Amino acid sequence: MTGADVVFGLLGLVTLAAAVLVVTARNVIHAALWLVVSLGGLAGCYLVLTAEFVAWVQVLIYIGAVVVLMLFGAMLTRAPIGHVQDLDSRNRPVAAMAAAATAGLLGTLVVAAFKGAYVDVHHSAVGDGRELGGAIFRWFVLPFEVASVLLLAALVGAIVLTRREI
Amino acid sequence: MHLSLAVGLSALLFGVGVYGVLARRNAVALLMAVELMLNAANLDLVAFDAWWRDRLHGGQVFALFLIVIAAAEVGVGLAIVLAVFRLRDTSSVDALTDLAESDPQPVADVAG
Repeated sequence: MTGADVVFGLLGLVTLAAAVLVVTARNVIHAALWLVVSLGGLAGCYLVLTAEFVAWVQVLIYIGAVVVLMLFGAMLTRAPIGHVQDLDSRNRPVAAMAAAATAGLLGTLVVAAFKGAYVDVHHSAVGDGRELGGAIFRWFVLPFEVASVLLLAALVGAIVLTRREI
Repeated sequence: MHLSLAVGLSALLFGVGVYGVLARRNAVALLMAVELMLNAANLDLVAFDAWWRDRLHGGQVFALFLIVIAAAEVGVGLAIVLAVFRLRDTSSVDALTDLAESDPQPVADVAG
């Protein structure tokens, strides 16, 4: 039980509690704001795991862009802003059972599989911008370019889908 | 730190996302639950990268690619939700039953 364990456990608790509030909040806007807390906690987890660049990208892209996009979507579709009862469908008990089964199965499997595994966060190379930039532009250039084409296609597709007349 | 903490948190987060996808009715709230599931996968990638001490940082680079793909998914998904809202005047996924074979009971409450 080291300091990294304690910090990661606390951040994980915050992340998990905020995630539960994301899926149970009665208000779409509140759910989006809890999503900010959850993703921020995950960014902290990445920092503990020495993934510095991923943490900042998480803050920039997820909290900065994706959540704002979600808020735009919630407001453009006139989502129920106030407290409403029918944000959830009728199959909540079945959904809870399926989710508990998934989490239980996955959790017991991976925890049993990696019981003794230990991440040495003090001796691993910190994944900062220099390390990751070198990795991307030395070994992952083709996937990087494909990802840029994918983003362009998604951009054009989103514009085409939301235009009224083509 | 112990790897089981990270992978256990990832599994629990994935379960929460599964619950959200199955239980939510509003399409935007459903997309948020999908984001939670993608983030669970991301946490796994980063944790295994740190565990292996990968010299190429494959896990972290793939986490970045996953963030890019999630951003594209949210953009296209919200565009689809907006198009559906413009056509049907609802963003409730329970009300979109045109592809269902037979409607057991009419879903009248389309306020979502």
